[in-house]
Amino acid sequence: MLTGVRIAAQVREAVDRLELPFNALGLDPYGISKRHLRLAFTMLALAYRYYFSVQSRGTEHIPRRGRAMLVGNHSGGIPIDAMMVIASCLLELDPPRLAQGMVERFLNRFAVASIWANRTGQFTGLPEHAERLLRDDRLLLVFPEGARGTAKLFRDRYSLVEFGSGFLRLALKTATPIVPFAVLGSGDAFPTVANAYALGHAFGLPYLPVTATGLPLILPAKVEIEYAPPIRFVGTGNEDDELVATHIQRVKGAIASMLESGLRRRRGEPAATSYAP
Amino acid sequence: MKVLVVGAAGAIARNLSRHLLAQGHRVIGIDRRPWTESPAEFHQVDVRKRGAEEVFRRVRPDAVVHTATVTSLVVPGAEERSQINVAGTRAVFEYSRAYGVQHCLFVGRHTFYGAGPDSPLFHTEDEPPLDLDRFPELADLVAADLVAATALWRFPEIVTTVLRVCYTLGPTGSGTLATFLRGPRVPIVFGFDPLFQFLHEDDFVEAVALALSKRPRGVFNVAGPQPLPLSLVVREAGRTPIPLPEVVVARMLGRFGFPKLAVGALAHLKYPVVVDARAFRERTGFAHKHDELETIHSVRDAFPLTP
Repeated sequence: MLTGVRIAAQVREAVDRLELPFNALGLDPYGISKRHLRLAFTMLALAYRYYFSVQSRGTEHIPRRGRAMLVGNHSGGIPIDAMMVIASCLLELDPPRLAQGMVERFLNRFAVASIWANRTGQFTGLPEHAERLLRDDRLLLVFPEGARGTAKLFRDRYSLVEFGSGFLRLALKTATPIVPFAVLGSGDAFPTVANAYALGHAFGLPYLPVTATGLPLILPAKVEIEYAPPIRFVGTGNEDDELVATHIQRVKGAIASMLESGLRRRRGEPAATSYAP
Repeated sequence: MKVLVVGAAGAIARNLSRHLLAQGHRVIGIDRRPWTESPAEFHQVDVRKRGAEEVFRRVRPDAVVHTATVTSLVVPGAEERSQINVAGTRAVFEYSRAYGVQHCLFVGRHTFYGAGPDSPLFHTEDEPPLDLDRFPELADLVAADLVAATALWRFPEIVTTVLRVCYTLGPTGSGTLATFLRGPRVPIVFGFDPLFQFLHEDDFVEAVALALSKRPRGVFNVAGPQPLPLSLVVREAGRTPIPLPEVVVARMLGRFGFPKLAVGALAHLKYPVVVDARAFRERTGFAHKHDELETIHSVRDAFPLTP
Protein backbone atom coordinates (compact mmCIF):
# COMPACT_ATOMS: atom_id res chain seq x y z
CA MET A 1 0.00 0.00 0.00
CA LEU A 2 2.72 2.44 1.07
CA THR A 3 4.75 1.33 -1.91
CA GLY A 4 1.85 2.18 -4.18
CA VAL A 5 1.56 5.67 -2.68
CA ARG A 6 5.30 6.27 -3.03
CA ILE A 7 5.32 5.08 -6.64
CA ALA A 8 2.27 7.22 -7.42
CA ALA A 9 4.08 10.26 -6.01
CA GLN A 10 7.22 9.50 -8.04
CA VAL A 11 5.14 9.07 -11.19
CA ARG A 12 3.24 12.29 -10.56
CA GLU A 13 6.51 14.18 -10.28
CA ALA A 14 7.89 12.56 -13.44
CA VAL A 15 4.72 13.29 -15.43
CA ASP A 16 4.87 16.92 -14.30
CA ARG A 17 8.43 17.12 -15.57
CA LEU A 18 7.60 15.79 -19.05
CA GLU A 19 8.55 18.41 -21.61
CA LEU A 20 5.32 18.26 -23.59
CA PRO A 21 3.12 21.28 -24.44
CA PHE A 22 0.29 20.59 -21.99
CA ASN A 23 -2.49 23.18 -21.73
CA ALA A 24 -4.16 24.41 -18.52
CA LEU A 25 -6.28 21.26 -18.41
CA GLY A 26 -3.22 18.99 -18.66
CA LEU A 27 -3.82 18.00 -22.29
CA ASP A 28 -1.33 18.28 -25.11
CA PRO A 29 -2.37 19.01 -28.74
CA TYR A 30 -2.62 15.27 -29.45
CA GLY A 31 -4.97 14.77 -26.52
CA ILE A 32 -2.32 13.18 -24.28
CA SER A 33 -3.63 13.65 -20.77
CA LYS A 34 -1.62 14.07 -17.59
CA ARG A 35 -4.41 12.45 -15.61
CA HIS A 36 -4.35 9.32 -17.74
CA LEU A 37 -0.55 9.27 -17.81
CA ARG A 38 -0.39 9.37 -14.01
CA LEU A 39 -2.69 6.42 -13.56
CA ALA A 40 -1.25 4.35 -16.39
CA PHE A 41 2.34 4.99 -15.34
CA THR A 42 1.60 4.17 -11.69
CA MET A 43 0.49 0.70 -12.80
CA LEU A 44 3.41 0.40 -15.22
CA ALA A 45 5.91 1.58 -12.60
CA LEU A 46 4.70 -1.02 -10.10
CA ALA A 47 5.10 -3.72 -12.77
CA TYR A 48 8.46 -2.28 -13.81
CA ARG A 49 9.96 -2.14 -10.32
CA TYR A 50 8.37 -5.09 -8.50
CA TYR A 51 6.82 -7.59 -10.88
CA PHE A 52 9.37 -7.74 -13.69
CA SER A 53 12.21 -6.12 -11.66
CA VAL A 54 13.26 -4.43 -14.87
CA GLN A 55 16.89 -3.52 -15.30
CA SER A 56 17.63 -0.85 -17.92
CA ARG A 57 21.16 -0.38 -19.24
CA GLY A 58 22.43 2.31 -21.55
CA THR A 59 19.61 4.79 -20.96
CA GLU A 60 22.25 7.52 -21.43
CA HIS A 61 22.11 6.74 -25.16
CA ILE A 62 18.56 8.09 -25.45
CA PRO A 63 18.68 11.77 -26.46
CA ARG A 64 17.32 13.98 -23.67
CA ARG A 65 15.53 16.24 -26.11
CA GLY A 66 14.63 16.29 -29.75
CA ARG A 67 13.35 13.64 -32.11
CA ALA A 68 14.60 10.09 -31.75
CA MET A 69 13.42 6.61 -32.64
CA LEU A 70 13.75 3.66 -30.27
CA VAL A 71 13.95 0.51 -32.37
CA GLY A 72 13.91 -2.94 -30.82
CA ASN A 73 12.81 -6.56 -30.72
CA HIS A 74 9.42 -7.96 -29.82
CA SER A 75 8.75 -11.18 -27.93
CA GLY A 76 5.95 -12.63 -25.83
CA GLY A 77 2.35 -12.84 -26.96
CA ILE A 78 1.45 -9.40 -25.63
CA PRO A 79 3.60 -6.25 -25.83
CA ILE A 80 4.97 -6.26 -22.27
CA ASP A 81 8.28 -5.23 -23.84
CA ALA A 82 6.73 -2.04 -25.23
CA MET A 83 5.16 -1.17 -21.89
CA MET A 84 8.43 -1.67 -20.02
CA VAL A 85 10.42 0.43 -22.51
CA ILE A 86 7.83 3.21 -22.15
CA ALA A 87 8.08 2.90 -18.35
CA SER A 88 11.88 2.99 -18.45
CA CYS A 89 11.87 6.24 -20.48
CA LEU A 90 9.70 7.91 -17.85
CA LEU A 91 11.38 6.44 -14.77
CA GLU A 92 15.05 6.31 -15.78
CA LEU A 93 15.57 9.44 -17.87
CA ASP A 94 16.29 12.91 -16.58
CA PRO A 95 14.26 14.78 -17.68
CA PRO A 96 11.72 11.99 -18.16
CA ARG A 97 10.43 11.38 -21.70
CA LEU A 98 7.23 9.92 -23.06
CA ALA A 99 8.00 7.16 -25.56
CA GLN A 100 5.16 6.98 -28.04
CA GLY A 101 4.56 3.55 -29.55
CA MET A 102 3.08 2.84 -32.95
CA VAL A 103 0.14 0.65 -32.04
CA GLU A 104 -1.44 -2.16 -34.07
CA ARG A 105 -4.57 -0.96 -35.83
CA PHE A 106 -7.01 -3.27 -34.04
CA LEU A 107 -6.58 -1.59 -30.65
CA ASN A 108 -8.39 1.60 -31.62
CA ARG A 109 -11.53 -0.39 -32.45
CA PHE A 110 -11.90 -1.63 -28.88
CA ALA A 111 -13.83 0.35 -26.30
CA VAL A 112 -11.76 1.57 -23.30
CA ALA A 113 -8.49 0.42 -24.93
CA SER A 114 -9.05 3.16 -27.49
CA ILE A 115 -9.29 5.82 -24.78
CA TRP A 116 -6.26 4.66 -22.82
CA ALA A 117 -4.06 4.24 -25.87
CA ASN A 118 -4.96 7.67 -27.23
CA ARG A 119 -4.79 9.59 -23.94
CA THR A 120 -1.33 8.16 -23.20
CA GLY A 121 0.04 9.02 -26.65
CA GLN A 122 0.10 5.48 -28.03
CA PHE A 123 -1.35 6.10 -31.47
CA THR A 124 -2.19 3.80 -34.36
CA GLY A 125 0.93 2.96 -36.33
CA LEU A 126 0.22 5.12 -39.36
CA PRO A 127 3.09 6.69 -41.33
CA GLU A 128 1.34 10.07 -40.92
CA HIS A 129 1.44 9.73 -37.13
CA ALA A 130 5.07 8.64 -37.05
CA GLU A 131 6.26 11.49 -39.24
CA ARG A 132 4.22 14.14 -37.44
CA LEU A 133 5.44 13.04 -34.00
CA LEU A 134 9.07 13.06 -35.15
CA ARG A 135 8.71 16.51 -36.71
CA ASP A 136 7.33 17.59 -33.32
CA ASP A 137 10.58 16.28 -31.76
CA ARG A 138 8.93 13.43 -29.90
CA LEU A 139 10.42 10.08 -28.87
CA LEU A 140 9.02 7.35 -31.09
CA LEU A 141 8.98 3.67 -30.12
CA VAL A 142 9.08 1.28 -33.06
CA PHE A 143 9.06 -2.50 -33.29
CA PRO A 144 9.84 -3.14 -36.96
CA GLU A 145 8.84 -6.78 -36.56
CA GLY A 146 5.28 -5.64 -35.87
CA ALA A 147 2.67 -8.26 -34.99
CA ARG A 148 5.00 -10.90 -36.47
CA GLY A 149 7.26 -10.08 -33.52
CA THR A 150 4.74 -10.59 -30.73
CA ALA A 151 3.54 -13.73 -32.55
CA LYS A 152 6.94 -15.38 -31.92
CA LEU A 153 6.59 -18.57 -29.96
CA PHE A 154 8.43 -19.19 -26.68
CA ARG A 155 11.24 -21.16 -28.31
CA ASP A 156 11.88 -18.31 -30.79
CA ARG A 157 11.80 -15.56 -28.20
CA TYR A 158 15.35 -14.35 -28.77
CA SER A 159 15.27 -14.57 -32.56
CA LEU A 160 14.49 -11.69 -34.87
CA VAL A 161 12.04 -11.95 -37.75
CA GLU A 162 11.95 -9.73 -40.82
CA PHE A 163 12.11 -5.96 -40.21
CA GLY A 164 9.83 -3.63 -42.14
CA SER A 165 11.64 -0.81 -43.95
CA GLY A 166 9.24 2.06 -43.25
CA PHE A 167 10.95 3.11 -40.03
CA LEU A 168 14.34 3.44 -41.67
CA ARG A 169 13.11 5.47 -44.64
CA LEU A 170 11.31 7.74 -42.20
CA ALA A 171 14.46 8.13 -40.09
CA LEU A 172 16.37 9.13 -43.24
CA LYS A 173 13.65 11.53 -44.37
CA THR A 174 13.35 13.27 -41.00
CA ALA A 175 17.05 13.00 -39.97
CA THR A 176 16.10 11.09 -36.84
CA PRO A 177 18.73 9.22 -34.79
CA ILE A 178 17.88 5.56 -34.20
CA VAL A 179 18.53 4.13 -30.73
CA PRO A 180 18.57 0.32 -31.02
CA PHE A 181 17.43 -1.57 -27.95
CA ALA A 182 17.00 -5.19 -26.92
CA VAL A 183 14.47 -6.54 -24.44
CA LEU A 184 15.08 -9.87 -22.74
CA GLY A 185 12.54 -11.66 -20.63
CA SER A 186 9.21 -10.54 -22.03
CA GLY A 187 9.04 -13.84 -23.90
CA ASP A 188 9.33 -15.59 -20.53
CA ALA A 189 6.63 -13.41 -18.99
CA PHE A 190 4.03 -14.44 -21.52
CA PRO A 191 5.28 -17.72 -23.03
CA THR A 192 3.20 -18.62 -26.08
CA VAL A 193 3.24 -22.18 -27.37
CA ALA A 194 0.81 -21.52 -30.22
CA ASN A 195 -1.19 -18.78 -31.87
CA ALA A 196 -4.87 -19.19 -32.76
CA TYR A 197 -5.12 -17.10 -35.91
CA ALA A 198 -8.70 -17.93 -36.96
CA LEU A 199 -10.05 -17.35 -33.45
CA GLY A 200 -8.11 -14.11 -33.21
CA HIS A 201 -9.51 -12.85 -36.51
CA ALA A 202 -13.01 -13.61 -35.22
CA PHE A 203 -12.35 -11.14 -32.38
CA GLY A 204 -10.76 -8.57 -34.66
CA LEU A 205 -7.24 -9.41 -33.46
CA PRO A 206 -4.25 -10.41 -35.61
CA TYR A 207 -4.03 -13.66 -33.56
CA LEU A 208 -4.84 -15.02 -30.12
CA PRO A 209 -1.79 -16.20 -28.18
CA VAL A 210 -2.08 -19.52 -26.33
CA THR A 211 0.22 -19.94 -23.31
CA ALA A 212 1.78 -23.11 -21.94
CA THR A 213 -0.65 -23.11 -19.04
CA GLY A 214 -3.61 -22.40 -21.29
CA LEU A 215 -4.36 -19.36 -19.13
CA PRO A 216 -3.58 -15.74 -20.00
CA LEU A 217 -1.24 -15.44 -17.02
CA ILE A 218 1.59 -12.94 -17.07
CA LEU A 219 4.51 -14.49 -15.19
CA PRO A 220 6.94 -12.45 -13.06
CA ALA A 221 9.93 -12.97 -15.31
CA LYS A 222 13.01 -10.79 -14.94
CA VAL A 223 13.02 -8.29 -17.81
CA GLU A 224 16.16 -6.55 -19.01
CA ILE A 225 16.36 -3.66 -21.46
CA GLU A 226 19.57 -2.54 -23.09
CA TYR A 227 19.92 0.58 -25.21
CA ALA A 228 22.80 1.02 -27.67
CA PRO A 229 24.39 4.28 -28.85
CA PRO A 230 22.31 6.13 -31.46
CA ILE A 231 22.93 5.47 -35.14
CA ARG A 232 22.54 8.47 -37.45
CA PHE A 233 21.91 7.70 -41.10
CA VAL A 234 22.16 10.49 -43.65
CA GLY A 235 19.87 10.53 -46.66
CA THR A 236 16.48 11.48 -48.05
CA GLY A 237 14.33 8.40 -47.54
CA ASN A 238 14.12 7.75 -51.29
CA GLU A 239 17.21 5.55 -51.47
CA ASP A 240 17.37 2.19 -53.27
CA ASP A 241 16.03 -0.83 -51.44
CA GLU A 242 19.52 -2.37 -51.28
CA LEU A 243 20.99 0.60 -49.45
CA VAL A 244 18.04 0.75 -47.05
CA ALA A 245 18.43 -3.00 -46.45
CA THR A 246 22.08 -2.44 -45.52
CA HIS A 247 21.09 0.24 -43.02
CA ILE A 248 18.37 -2.00 -41.58
CA GLN A 249 20.92 -4.77 -41.25
CA ARG A 250 23.11 -2.47 -39.17
CA VAL A 251 20.23 -1.70 -36.77
CA LYS A 252 19.20 -5.34 -36.65
CA GLY A 253 22.82 -6.35 -36.01
CA ALA A 254 23.08 -3.98 -33.06
CA ILE A 255 19.92 -5.47 -31.56
CA ALA A 256 21.03 -9.05 -32.25
CA SER A 257 24.40 -8.55 -30.59
CA MET A 258 22.76 -7.06 -27.47
CA LEU A 259 20.37 -10.03 -27.40
CA GLU A 260 23.28 -12.44 -27.71
CA SER A 261 25.37 -10.91 -24.94
CA GLY A 262 22.31 -10.54 -22.75
CA LEU A 263 21.43 -14.15 -23.29
CA ARG A 264 24.93 -15.26 -22.38
CA ARG A 265 24.69 -13.22 -19.21
CA ARG A 266 21.29 -14.68 -18.37
CA ARG A 267 22.55 -18.23 -18.90
CA GLY A 268 25.72 -17.69 -16.87
CA GLU A 269 24.00 -16.40 -13.77
CA PRO A 270 21.00 -17.61 -11.77
CA ALA A 271 17.87 -15.58 -12.50
CA ALA A 272 17.47 -14.39 -8.91
CA THR A 273 20.83 -12.59 -8.80
CA SER A 274 20.70 -8.90 -9.49
CA TYR A 275 23.35 -7.42 -11.72
CA ALA A 276 23.62 -3.99 -10.26
CA PRO A 277 25.83 -3.50 -7.23
CA MET B 1 -15.43 45.79 -52.00
CA LYS B 2 -18.82 44.32 -52.96
CA VAL B 3 -19.24 41.01 -51.14
CA LEU B 4 -22.13 38.68 -51.88
CA VAL B 5 -22.89 36.29 -49.02
CA VAL B 6 -24.80 33.19 -50.09
CA GLY B 7 -26.69 31.68 -47.16
CA ALA B 8 -26.64 35.04 -45.39
CA ALA B 9 -29.60 34.35 -43.07
CA GLY B 10 -27.73 31.67 -41.12
CA ALA B 11 -26.96 32.73 -37.56
CA ILE B 12 -23.20 32.85 -37.97
CA ALA B 13 -23.41 34.20 -41.54
CA ARG B 14 -25.38 37.15 -40.15
CA ASN B 15 -22.46 37.89 -37.85
CA LEU B 16 -20.18 37.66 -40.86
CA SER B 17 -22.30 40.15 -42.82
CA ARG B 18 -22.31 42.59 -39.90
CA HIS B 19 -18.55 42.24 -39.53
CA LEU B 20 -17.97 42.90 -43.23
CA LEU B 21 -20.29 45.93 -43.12
CA ALA B 22 -18.36 47.26 -40.16
CA GLN B 23 -15.16 46.84 -42.15
CA GLY B 24 -16.64 49.16 -44.77
CA HIS B 25 -17.57 46.62 -47.43
CA ARG B 26 -20.81 46.71 -49.34
CA VAL B 27 -22.60 43.47 -48.37
CA ILE B 28 -25.37 41.80 -50.34
CA GLY B 29 -26.99 38.73 -48.82
CA ILE B 30 -29.09 36.03 -50.40
CA ASP B 31 -30.81 33.10 -48.71
CA ARG B 32 -33.96 31.09 -49.23
CA ARG B 33 -34.73 31.73 -45.55
CA PRO B 34 -35.93 35.19 -44.48
CA TRP B 35 -33.80 37.76 -42.71
CA THR B 36 -36.02 40.58 -41.48
CA GLU B 37 -34.34 43.80 -40.42
CA SER B 38 -31.18 42.84 -42.22
CA PRO B 39 -28.58 45.60 -41.95
CA ALA B 40 -27.30 44.62 -45.40
CA GLU B 41 -29.03 44.51 -48.78
CA PHE B 42 -30.87 41.18 -48.67
CA HIS B 43 -32.74 39.10 -51.22
CA GLN B 44 -34.80 36.09 -50.22
CA VAL B 45 -34.07 33.84 -53.18
CA ASP B 46 -32.92 30.26 -53.60
CA VAL B 47 -29.41 30.11 -55.02
CA ARG B 48 -30.51 27.54 -57.58
CA LYS B 49 -33.28 29.77 -58.94
CA ARG B 50 -33.25 32.53 -61.54
CA GLY B 51 -33.67 35.23 -58.91
CA ALA B 52 -30.21 34.47 -57.57
CA GLU B 53 -28.61 34.85 -60.97
CA GLU B 54 -30.40 38.19 -61.27
CA VAL B 55 -28.69 39.37 -58.11
CA PHE B 56 -25.29 38.34 -59.49
CA ARG B 57 -26.03 40.10 -62.79
CA ARG B 58 -27.21 43.32 -61.20
CA VAL B 59 -24.72 43.56 -58.33
CA ARG B 60 -21.62 42.15 -60.07
CA PRO B 61 -19.90 41.36 -56.76
CA ASP B 62 -16.11 41.43 -56.39
CA ALA B 63 -16.16 38.52 -53.99
CA VAL B 64 -18.62 35.78 -53.09
CA VAL B 65 -18.77 33.86 -49.80
CA HIS B 66 -20.69 30.62 -50.18
CA THR B 67 -21.98 29.40 -46.82
CA ALA B 68 -25.21 27.82 -48.06
CA THR B 69 -24.49 24.16 -47.42
CA VAL B 70 -26.67 22.09 -45.13
CA THR B 71 -26.25 18.98 -42.98
CA SER B 72 -28.62 16.13 -42.26
CA LEU B 73 -29.49 17.93 -39.02
CA VAL B 74 -31.11 20.79 -40.92
CA VAL B 75 -32.43 19.07 -44.03
CA PRO B 76 -33.21 15.37 -43.61
CA GLY B 77 -33.92 14.16 -47.19
CA ALA B 78 -30.81 12.99 -49.08
CA GLU B 79 -32.07 14.22 -52.46
CA GLU B 80 -33.01 17.68 -51.26
CA ARG B 81 -29.71 18.00 -49.43
CA SER B 82 -27.72 16.94 -52.43
CA GLN B 83 -29.62 19.51 -54.52
CA ILE B 84 -28.81 22.31 -52.13
CA ASN B 85 -25.21 21.32 -51.48
CA VAL B 86 -24.01 20.09 -54.85
CA ALA B 87 -26.24 21.87 -57.35
CA GLY B 88 -26.17 25.03 -55.22
CA THR B 89 -22.37 25.09 -55.10
CA ARG B 90 -22.15 24.47 -58.82
CA ALA B 91 -24.57 27.36 -59.45
CA VAL B 92 -22.54 29.75 -57.28
CA PHE B 93 -19.39 29.06 -59.29
CA GLU B 94 -21.19 29.24 -62.65
CA TYR B 95 -22.69 32.63 -61.83
CA SER B 96 -19.38 33.83 -60.43
CA ARG B 97 -17.65 33.05 -63.69
CA ALA B 98 -20.45 34.51 -65.79
CA TYR B 99 -20.53 37.81 -63.89
CA GLY B 100 -16.85 38.49 -63.38
CA VAL B 101 -16.39 37.64 -59.69
CA GLN B 102 -12.70 37.87 -58.76
CA HIS B 103 -12.72 35.82 -55.58
CA CYS B 104 -14.97 32.94 -54.65
CA LEU B 105 -14.77 31.55 -51.11
CA PHE B 106 -16.44 28.24 -50.27
CA VAL B 107 -17.05 27.49 -46.60
CA GLY B 108 -16.79 23.72 -46.24
CA ARG B 109 -16.44 21.48 -43.24
CA HIS B 110 -13.59 19.56 -41.66
CA THR B 111 -15.80 16.46 -41.49
CA PHE B 112 -14.85 16.15 -45.17
CA TYR B 113 -12.03 13.85 -44.02
CA GLY B 114 -14.35 11.45 -42.20
CA ALA B 115 -13.89 9.64 -38.91
CA GLY B 116 -12.61 6.08 -38.64
CA PRO B 117 -10.36 3.87 -36.56
CA ASP B 118 -7.53 4.14 -39.08
CA SER B 119 -7.70 7.84 -39.85
CA PRO B 120 -4.74 9.89 -38.64
CA LEU B 121 -4.89 12.87 -36.31
CA PHE B 122 -4.24 16.24 -37.97
CA HIS B 123 -5.39 15.77 -41.55
CA THR B 124 -3.61 17.84 -44.15
CA GLU B 125 -5.38 19.36 -47.14
CA ASP B 126 -4.01 16.81 -49.62
CA GLU B 127 -5.72 13.86 -47.91
CA PRO B 128 -8.73 12.25 -49.58
CA PRO B 129 -12.03 11.79 -47.73
CA LEU B 130 -12.49 8.49 -45.85
CA ASP B 131 -15.29 6.11 -45.08
CA LEU B 132 -18.00 7.68 -47.21
CA ASP B 133 -19.87 4.39 -47.30
CA ARG B 134 -20.16 4.45 -43.53
CA PHE B 135 -21.59 7.93 -43.41
CA PRO B 136 -23.68 8.56 -46.55
CA GLU B 137 -25.13 11.67 -44.89
CA LEU B 138 -21.79 13.34 -45.54
CA ALA B 139 -21.43 12.36 -49.17
CA ASP B 140 -23.15 15.46 -50.56
CA LEU B 141 -21.00 17.77 -48.44
CA VAL B 142 -17.88 16.03 -49.68
CA ALA B 143 -19.20 16.37 -53.24
CA ALA B 144 -19.88 20.09 -52.70
CA ASP B 145 -16.32 20.53 -51.42
CA LEU B 146 -14.95 18.79 -54.50
CA VAL B 147 -17.16 20.83 -56.85
CA ALA B 148 -15.74 23.97 -55.26
CA ALA B 149 -12.19 22.65 -55.51
CA THR B 150 -12.53 21.86 -59.23
CA ALA B 151 -13.09 25.58 -59.79
CA LEU B 152 -9.39 25.96 -58.99
CA TRP B 153 -8.53 24.53 -62.39
CA ARG B 154 -11.80 24.94 -64.27
CA PHE B 155 -12.04 28.70 -63.70
CA PRO B 156 -8.45 29.90 -63.32
CA GLU B 157 -9.65 33.50 -63.78
CA ILE B 158 -11.42 33.28 -60.37
CA VAL B 159 -9.38 33.08 -57.19
CA THR B 160 -11.00 30.14 -55.43
CA THR B 161 -10.57 29.53 -51.70
CA VAL B 162 -11.98 26.34 -50.21
CA LEU B 163 -12.08 26.44 -46.43
CA ARG B 164 -12.56 23.25 -44.43
CA VAL B 165 -13.65 24.68 -41.12
CA CYS B 166 -13.85 22.71 -37.87
CA TYR B 167 -16.97 22.89 -35.70
CA THR B 168 -17.91 26.39 -34.57
CA LEU B 169 -19.15 27.12 -31.06
CA GLY B 170 -20.47 30.34 -29.62
CA PRO B 171 -23.40 32.38 -28.37
CA THR B 172 -25.61 31.75 -31.44
CA GLY B 173 -25.66 28.05 -30.53
CA SER B 174 -25.96 27.09 -34.17
CA GLY B 175 -23.92 24.40 -35.84
CA THR B 176 -23.59 20.64 -35.55
CA LEU B 177 -21.60 20.48 -32.31
CA ALA B 178 -23.53 23.27 -30.58
CA THR B 179 -26.81 21.52 -31.43
CA PHE B 180 -25.41 18.28 -30.07
CA LEU B 181 -24.59 20.04 -26.79
CA ARG B 182 -28.00 21.67 -26.36
CA GLY B 183 -29.75 19.23 -24.00
CA PRO B 184 -28.83 18.61 -20.35
CA ARG B 185 -27.65 15.05 -21.05
CA VAL B 186 -25.37 14.24 -23.95
CA PRO B 187 -24.84 10.61 -24.99
CA ILE B 188 -21.30 9.49 -25.63
CA VAL B 189 -20.18 6.05 -26.75
CA PHE B 190 -18.88 4.01 -23.82
CA GLY B 191 -15.15 3.33 -24.06
CA PHE B 192 -14.50 6.00 -26.69
CA ASP B 193 -13.64 9.64 -26.22
CA PRO B 194 -12.54 11.22 -29.49
CA LEU B 195 -10.87 14.59 -29.75
CA PHE B 196 -13.18 17.34 -31.00
CA GLN B 197 -11.84 20.42 -32.71
CA PHE B 198 -13.78 23.63 -32.56
CA LEU B 199 -13.46 27.35 -33.17
CA HIS B 200 -15.27 30.32 -31.61
CA GLU B 201 -17.87 31.86 -33.95
CA ASP B 202 -16.16 35.23 -33.79
CA ASP B 203 -12.85 33.64 -34.76
CA PHE B 204 -14.60 31.97 -37.68
CA VAL B 205 -15.94 35.34 -38.85
CA GLU B 206 -12.46 36.79 -38.49
CA ALA B 207 -10.95 33.90 -40.49
CA VAL B 208 -13.39 34.43 -43.37
CA ALA B 209 -12.81 38.19 -43.34
CA LEU B 210 -9.05 37.59 -43.44
CA ALA B 211 -9.41 35.14 -46.30
CA LEU B 212 -11.42 37.79 -48.19
CA SER B 213 -8.66 40.32 -47.80
CA LYS B 214 -5.69 37.98 -48.42
CA ARG B 215 -7.37 35.94 -51.17
CA PRO B 216 -5.36 32.73 -50.76
CA ARG B 217 -5.89 30.38 -53.71
CA GLY B 218 -6.37 26.74 -52.77
CA VAL B 219 -7.80 24.46 -50.12
CA PHE B 220 -7.23 25.31 -46.46
CA ASN B 221 -8.17 23.73 -43.16
CA VAL B 222 -9.34 26.26 -40.60
CA ALA B 223 -9.15 25.52 -36.88
CA GLY B 224 -8.64 27.38 -33.65
CA PRO B 225 -7.42 26.11 -30.29
CA GLN B 226 -6.17 22.58 -29.68
CA PRO B 227 -8.79 19.81 -29.80
CA LEU B 228 -10.28 18.39 -26.59
CA PRO B 229 -11.83 15.02 -25.72
CA LEU B 230 -15.59 14.99 -26.25
CA SER B 231 -16.40 14.11 -22.63
CA LEU B 232 -14.49 17.18 -21.50
CA VAL B 233 -16.24 19.42 -24.05
CA VAL B 234 -19.60 18.16 -22.75
CA ARG B 235 -18.64 18.73 -19.11
CA GLU B 236 -17.18 22.19 -19.69
CA ALA B 237 -20.38 23.11 -21.53
CA GLY B 238 -22.20 22.43 -18.26
CA ARG B 239 -23.81 19.25 -19.58
CA THR B 240 -23.65 15.69 -18.31
CA PRO B 241 -22.03 13.11 -20.55
CA ILE B 242 -23.89 9.79 -20.47
CA PRO B 243 -21.65 6.95 -21.64
CA LEU B 244 -23.76 4.25 -23.27
CA PRO B 245 -22.88 1.17 -25.31
CA GLU B 246 -22.75 1.89 -29.01
CA VAL B 247 -25.93 -0.06 -29.86
CA VAL B 248 -27.87 1.83 -27.22
CA VAL B 249 -26.62 5.23 -28.42
CA ALA B 250 -27.72 4.36 -31.95
CA ARG B 251 -31.25 3.66 -30.73
CA MET B 252 -31.58 6.59 -28.37
CA LEU B 253 -30.46 9.42 -30.63
CA GLY B 254 -33.36 11.78 -31.22
CA ARG B 255 -35.42 10.30 -28.34
CA PHE B 256 -35.71 10.85 -24.57
CA GLY B 257 -34.36 14.36 -24.90
CA PHE B 258 -31.13 13.20 -26.52
CA PRO B 259 -29.90 15.13 -29.54
CA LYS B 260 -30.76 13.99 -33.04
CA LEU B 261 -27.90 12.66 -35.15
CA ALA B 262 -27.56 10.56 -38.26
CA VAL B 263 -26.73 6.95 -37.43
CA GLY B 264 -23.53 7.20 -39.47
CA ALA B 265 -22.48 9.99 -37.16
CA LEU B 266 -21.67 7.35 -34.52
CA ALA B 267 -18.22 7.02 -36.07
CA HIS B 268 -17.76 10.71 -35.22
CA LEU B 269 -18.55 9.92 -31.58
CA LYS B 270 -15.90 7.17 -31.55
CA TYR B 271 -13.08 8.55 -33.67
CA PRO B 272 -11.68 12.04 -34.08
CA VAL B 273 -11.65 14.34 -37.08
CA VAL B 274 -8.78 16.69 -36.37
CA VAL B 275 -7.17 18.92 -38.98
CA ASP B 276 -3.81 20.55 -39.39
CA ALA B 277 -4.60 24.23 -39.96
CA ARG B 278 -1.05 25.54 -40.21
CA ALA B 279 -1.20 26.34 -43.93
CA PHE B 280 -4.10 28.76 -43.45
CA ARG B 281 -2.42 30.44 -40.50
CA GLU B 282 0.83 30.87 -42.40
CA ARG B 283 -0.90 32.13 -45.55
CA THR B 284 -3.27 34.63 -43.91
CA GLY B 285 -1.75 35.37 -40.51
CA PHE B 286 -4.90 34.09 -38.82
CA ALA B 287 -4.69 33.59 -35.07
CA HIS B 288 -7.65 32.61 -32.91
CA LYS B 289 -8.56 35.00 -30.08
CA HIS B 290 -10.66 32.65 -27.94
CA ASP B 291 -8.97 29.68 -26.30
CA GLU B 292 -10.61 26.28 -25.90
CA LEU B 293 -12.20 26.93 -22.51
CA GLU B 294 -13.49 30.43 -23.35
CA THR B 295 -15.05 29.00 -26.48
CA ILE B 296 -16.92 26.20 -24.72
CA HIS B 297 -17.94 28.47 -21.86
CA SER B 298 -19.48 30.94 -24.33
CA VAL B 299 -21.97 28.20 -25.25
CA ARG B 300 -22.55 27.26 -21.62
CA ASP B 301 -23.26 30.87 -20.71
CA ALA B 302 -25.53 31.50 -23.69
CA PHE B 303 -27.55 28.33 -23.04
CA PRO B 304 -27.65 27.78 -19.29
CA LEU B 305 -29.59 24.77 -18.07
CA THR B 306 -32.82 25.78 -16.36
CA PRO B 307 -33.12 23.89 -13.08
